Amino acid sequence: MSGTKKETGFSFTIDGVEVTAYAGQTIMEAADEAGVYIPRLCDHEGLRHQGSCRVCTVKAGGRSVSACTQPAAPGQAVENETPHLNKMRRDLVEMLFHEGNHLCPICEASGKCELQAMAYRLDMTEATKFPYLEPCRALDASHPDIALDTNRCISCGRCIRASQDVDGKGIFGYVGRGIHRRVAVNGANLADTDAEVTDHAISKEVCPVGCIIRKRIGFVTPIGEREFDKGLIGHDIEEKRK
Amino acid sequence: MSVSAQTKLPKARIATASLAGCFGCHMAILDIDERLIALMKLVDVDRSPLTDKKRFTQRCDIGIIEGGCCNEENVHVLQDFRRNCDVLIALGQCAIMGGLPAMRNAIMHSDAPLLECLDEAYITGRYIRNKTHNVPNDPALPLLLDEVYPCNQVVKIDYQIPGCAPGGDIIFDTLAKLLTGKFRGFERDMIKFD
Repeated sequence: MSGTKKETGFSFTIDGVEVTAYAGQTIMEAADEAGVYIPRLCDHEGLRHQGSCRVCTVKAGGRSVSACTQPAAPGQAVENETPHLNKMRRDLVEMLFHEGNHLCPICEASGKCELQAMAYRLDMTEATKFPYLEPCRALDASHPDIALDTNRCISCGRCIRASQDVDGKGIFGYVGRGIHRRVAVNGANLADTDAEVTDHAISKEVCPVGCIIRKRIGFVTPIGEREFDKGLIGHDIEEKRK
Repeated sequence: MSVSAQTKLPKARIATASLAGCFGCHMAILDIDERLIALMKLVDVDRSPLTDKKRFTQRCDIGIIEGGCCNEENVHVLQDFRRNCDVLIALGQCAIMGGLPAMRNAIMHSDAPLLECLDEAYITGRYIRNKTHNVPNDPALPLLLDEVYPCNQVVKIDYQIPGCAPGGDIIFDTLAKLLTGKFRGFERDMIKFD
């Protein structure tokens, strides 16, 4: 860690736990370093922050803010794991399940899906109060190595940022507004773009759900050995505190 | 969880039914294995495919429903369970959110979606071998609903056990805790949607 950062370090609390942060760090960045997990879906390490899914909403100084975009401030008291915030997060995740077609039993991302794992972590097990919208969305299997099942897309925008900022391609982008806003490809279909299976945007870390599919490797990991069979989402961050 | 200490409690009555599902959740009930013996000391099974009783003989404490509603008979059975059971449990993803049968909800987008679905299933589908070239229309067949509905969109559901199918452990654990008044939610590591 650089000397400059040490000079500008300050502390604040998350659920009463003292956390050290440096100038310019967001609440989530400081929390991650300190081993405090704040749930998130649209944020991903190495990509610029978007603050759109609001699953990372925390209370800072009594105000609701997205932890992935809100800069940490000296002395601020942040609430994270409270029943109220987790209830709101659970409602958000539940609405995502209802807005798309998320059929876990037939999804090859099951067991390594961050949406599903977040539902586990947030105890999404009670009878729902929302209707299933069951939209009719496109399946694009035109590319020889990649397929897109937009039924599972949660519009986190991670593929958009990865393609633009890391790959320098801009294959993905948003179209439409409001509930009709969707991720689309920059071409008639995926085969018409310069997408390659080696792109960072296509890597298994970027798409949190089963929307971006790399062909011929589906269901390769047996049940019981998948990422979230081994532990709750966020356990890798929380283990830093142990 | 041991249930042997509870054997002196009055026996509860449970009933089960399979609606629009694959019967896998009932198979998962059998995955409780030898603990079924401990469970049977706590419960009597009323209307159920396990007993082959077709009607309720008396009011039940717990009703367990597998599958969603894809036809009018499913709706009648589900409503019958709600009327005759104090606690109703949706077992598995089909009962909770429609599951695989509900895939037809999302692919149907024409003016006559059900007709299109049946046409593809029985007449125009690439791999269909249907010599009659008809959609089955026997009067004994229950009327199909426009969509497949999760159970809680038809009646009130008290608890739902996730999974496709849920493991024998989570089914036994949930039932044992409900029967002994100790159910406080699921252990996180037991929750699976697939």
